[in-house]
Amino acid sequence: MCLGVPMKVIEIRGNNAIAESFGVRTEISIYLVKDELKVGDWVMVHTGYAIGVLEKEDALETLKLIREMVGHGGEN
Amino acid sequence: MEGFRDKRIIAELKKEIEAELGHRRLRIMHVCGSHEHTITYWALRGILPEELELIAGPGCPVCVSASHEVGEAIELAREGLTILTFGDMMMNRTRFGSLMDAKSDGADVRIIYSPRDAIKIAKEEKKREFVFFSIGFETTTAPIASMILEEPPANFSILTSNKRTSPAVDHLLQDEDFDLDGIIAPGHVSTIVGAKDWERFPKKYGITTVVAGFEPVDVLLAILIITKAKKPCLYNEYRRLVKYEGNTRALALMDEVFEVDTAWWRGMGWVPESGYYLKEKFKKYNAREKYGVSMKPDPEEDIPKGCSCHLIVTGRAYPTDCPLFGNRCTPENPYGPCMVSVEGTCQIWYRFGNIKKLRR
Repeated sequence: MCLGVPMKVIEIRGNNAIAESFGVRTEISIYLVKDELKVGDWVMVHTGYAIGVLEKEDALETLKLIREMVGHGGEN
Repeated sequence: MEGFRDKRIIAELKKEIEAELGHRRLRIMHVCGSHEHTITYWALRGILPEELELIAGPGCPVCVSASHEVGEAIELAREGLTILTFGDMMMNRTRFGSLMDAKSDGADVRIIYSPRDAIKIAKEEKKREFVFFSIGFETTTAPIASMILEEPPANFSILTSNKRTSPAVDHLLQDEDFDLDGIIAPGHVSTIVGAKDWERFPKKYGITTVVAGFEPVDVLLAILIITKAKKPCLYNEYRRLVKYEGNTRALALMDEVFEVDTAWWRGMGWVPESGYYLKEKFKKYNAREKYGVSMKPDPEEDIPKGCSCHLIVTGRAYPTDCPLFGNRCTPENPYGPCMVSVEGTCQIWYRFGNIKKLRR
């Protein structure tokens, strides 16, 4: 039940949105996140509901941190 | 995001963990079926030193669903109501049988993927009465709150079996023999409840806790942070999704719809403040009130005879310690609750390999 699917928001329709993942489009509920959502955002979807918005900047920062911790170069 | 599966980073993290660990023994527990999936699928136990023990805690909602609540769903199904539930629940056997048994006997039990589908079906078939058997942790409970606030039709109600994750960890830690050096907190549950919900584990129990995502690099980084920690701390490794305060909108909606009280966890017993129950003002959607169904747990009959699930969900045994694992109990014919769900530790071990063989 906690298996999440990251999806990109294509169109917002009130409490719902059309979102896409791996080329598949489906309608999801954005009721739980709608205050902060805009088209083009990536959301984590559980059982048809977006539960949070993914922040690309934070993801890159985590990867940077990992590279620092393991002394890995900056490539990739 | 490919960086989170980068094999070079995985190799570097492994090396770093080995160097930091030295000759110490460390016990780290996670509480999420998806973390167990990552750990087993990527054979992380196999690549890490044996002194570093990765324990699966009570992180599978199907596994810990109370038998008597499954019994309530079966009773309602046999009375002629339509039960809607997630597919994983169908084969969950209890002393009352399973929902699959009820369906085989002619009851109307249907599998849905999303609570949204449940509402859609109820609106389409106005003459039938529908009960959604609502199991799950906070990730599922938040959608249910939103569903209730969007006013479902009158022929629809829910049988709640929704749980809060972190109180189960408090519960395990009440046992003085249960020692832990680190907790990997579930990333998606924490998206709802926030990293703040785990703050008491370093503060009160002195256990470093890392909120982590589900890629192998996320889990290894969490392990490295725990291994490195000089003093107990809380760390949010999954910042790309989890905020310290959580999803405040979802939390406010859940607070409006549910009240929190004690709940029965299969294999564990009563866990204080771990259950979500519909508030009085939503009682028209409460299947227990609407149809007068109310069962009690029976500690003697909680787990099927010979099954080790009570030990497995509490991190006291590995699936391979159970004599039934892989012979009498398989995903095709699950005997105990930990083999039923894709998030169950036994099913994950059965599908992705015997971890002990993967050890060096």
